[in-house]
Amino acid sequence: MDANSQAYLTILGMAVITYLTRVTGLFLTNRIRMTPRTEIILKSLPGTIVVSIVAPALLTAGLAEIIAGTFTGLVAWKTRNLLFALLVGVLSVWALRQLIA
Amino acid sequence: MIIFSISGIIRGFQKCIPLGISVGSYGLVYGMLASKAGLTLAQALVMCLTVFAGASQIIALELWHSPLPIAAILITTFIVNSRHVLMGAAIQPWVGQLSPIKAYGSLFFCADENWALSIKAFKSGEADGGFFLGSGLCIYVFWVTAAWIGYLGGLIVEDPSVYGLDFAFIAVFIVLALSLWQGKRELLPWTVAAATATAAHILLPGKWYILIGALSGSLLEGWRYGRK
Repeated sequence: MDANSQAYLTILGMAVITYLTRVTGLFLTNRIRMTPRTEIILKSLPGTIVVSIVAPALLTAGLAEIIAGTFTGLVAWKTRNLLFALLVGVLSVWALRQLIA
Repeated sequence: MIIFSISGIIRGFQKCIPLGISVGSYGLVYGMLASKAGLTLAQALVMCLTVFAGASQIIALELWHSPLPIAAILITTFIVNSRHVLMGAAIQPWVGQLSPIKAYGSLFFCADENWALSIKAFKSGEADGGFFLGSGLCIYVFWVTAAWIGYLGGLIVEDPSVYGLDFAFIAVFIVLALSLWQGKRELLPWTVAAATATAAHILLPGKWYILIGALSGSLLEGWRYGRK
């Protein structure tokens, strides 16, 4: 199979899996009772997933990235503005890399 | 809530525009990263049109190396999007009243932002199920358009690391993590997830560290519940 077909096959698989996660909750709600423990595990997953993505990327990068990451977090926390926090992050990592390198 | 009208769809779309703009900024980053990851424009847009789930799409780009690790991408997609199961269950009191075609059709367009907006609207008396579909369509339009623009921008910028643009991915997830923070209770599972994921990242090849970190943090949270 060529690379293009593989890419579309992967995208199709992602689409089917994602749609199934979207409909499963409604489908099951009237049929199965979720235990409180399962609910707590599912509820905590988005946060732990995002942390597991970002922490290794940040901690194994470098000083510039760690400092810029702190700036990004502070700005996001204070302003609640995603776009602005992104701008601050990108600009500060650019500046810090010039300084440190 | 029993009705489902065009005017409800339009109302949902309009109310969701501010959220659409913030999703659009995220879509720009996705498009730019997609062009860097070597997807064609068509592949990048088909992914937006069919998958329509930002975080999982950006993570897929992180994994997008030749040969494609198809199993890892699909498993990660499932784990990242498993939160939809709970979201679907939470909106059931309203969407469950619609005919199956309308309910399961609307759920295709269910994103974090319009899901939260619709729950808020239904709780404060919104009586038209079309609101949920309309708000989802709004996010969809912004997401696809922004990805398109971002992809073309990504082609112009040759080496994103020169401008610090490679950092955009980390920055997006820092912001996303903060928006998911609900209080001190998260501290222990998040610390465990961060530590396990970082250790697994150093010790193991590939991207399994995401699953290992997330599961260790969340299973600990489940175990802790049983102890109380």
